Amino acid sequence: MNRILTTFFTILLIQLMVVNKSYGNEDEVKDCFEKLNRATFALNRGLDKVIFKPVSKGYRKIPSPIRTGTGKALNNLSNLITIPNNILQGDLGSAANNSARLIINTTIGILGIFDPANSLGFEKREKEDFGQTLGVMGVKEGCYFVLPVLGPSTVRDSVGSLISMNGGDTWHNITVRDDEEYVKEFKESDYWTSRALEGVDFRAKNLEAFESMENNSIDLYATVRSLYLQDRKKKIKNSKSNTEAMDDGDWNTLENQ
Amino acid sequence: MMFLRNIFVSIIFFIILTSNSWSISSSEFISSLTTEASDILSSKLSDEEKIVRLKEIGERTVDIEGVGLYTLGKHRKLLTDNQKKQYNELFKNYFLKSFSGRLVGYSDAKIAVLSEEIKNEKYTIVFTKLIGTSDRPEVKIDWRVYTKNPENPLVRDLIIEGLSLARTQKEEFNSIIVNNDGNIEALFENLNKFLEN
Repeated sequence: MNRILTTFFTILLIQLMVVNKSYGNEDEVKDCFEKLNRATFALNRGLDKVIFKPVSKGYRKIPSPIRTGTGKALNNLSNLITIPNNILQGDLGSAANNSARLIINTTIGILGIFDPANSLGFEKREKEDFGQTLGVMGVKEGCYFVLPVLGPSTVRDSVGSLISMNGGDTWHNITVRDDEEYVKEFKESDYWTSRALEGVDFRAKNLEAFESMENNSIDLYATVRSLYLQDRKKKIKNSKSNTEAMDDGDWNTLENQ
Repeated sequence: MMFLRNIFVSIIFFIILTSNSWSISSSEFISSLTTEASDILSSKLSDEEKIVRLKEIGERTVDIEGVGLYTLGKHRKLLTDNQKKQYNELFKNYFLKSFSGRLVGYSDAKIAVLSEEIKNEKYTIVFTKLIGTSDRPEVKIDWRVYTKNPENPLVRDLIIEGLSLARTQKEEFNSIIVNNDGNIEALFENLNKFLEN
């Protein structure tokens, strides 16, 4: 527990130091390390070309029911992070709903491959993570940066990931940290396999969309950055239809000229 | 007298009927536009022919000049008349190439119109979904329809799973201009390069 708190406060301090760099406009992208980010982005694109894209294409050749089952099982596992974040965000209804989904789908649904919980009235809800919870609590996103292999992030989202890796994620605890007394069946490799599968599953579902984006962008780095930051804002607001993108503000300035 | 009254009533009916047929609801507009695009994409036309037909749809249904000015953001105030003219032309060609290029890869695109929300007299948001396939999940697509002229609604933005394409484009253009010390000509150069490829 001490380790979680120490990490949390240390990183929060760094976050505050970085965020305090002044920016004129709140909506302006805070890309403090753009040159380094662009280099890391180029590295990631190289890795994608040689490893992730071919693997995802191969994954797409697996029969659809197996891929769908894998995707559902990974989604089921993500409830282990979503539920504590539902509670931290004060959304007890979603916490109860997701707990019921986790129990029913892990048991009757065979590790989440099937989704009987949905038929019983516990519908699928949005995933939550510690980065989103910090956002809900009012912590600003801080500087945008690109991590090798893992891709886009912000200071706030990286703090969220560190919280997950330091006790916040039960799946990580029982596999990598091995500090759960009652669950001994899982190994560290199970954690990394599930994370890698998550990445491949996401990439495979978006093969055409990524290709189209690559072919039709004049600055792909800026496009990915914009999409990532918009997506995180949307997830923090938990908005379904009334997104920031639908705010008339920017469009009205066009009308008034 | 009866004859005159009948003529008057007929004229009123004619005006009501014809005015209704001129205006089209935003949902109907999007439904007709997506059906037309879907028919082209699923047809046996070559990719080149599909691109020509998709460009025609884009030119007819999207407010390209409005989107172009929006995507320039704060930089549009700094354009000279000559640069504005040059930009409008470049953006139109860029938009149509990018728009048709993005769509042509989807041969099985089926879009269902779900509902609409009238935001004000200028904008209506139409909510749709791209039907999922075994390879692709279902995708929510919301359309920002510009309804200032109700007889000629135009698309101004697509919001895919909550992410605005116009906003993304705006940040992409801004990044190019800012990284070239505010020089708008750098954007023109990039757009020209894209059009040459």
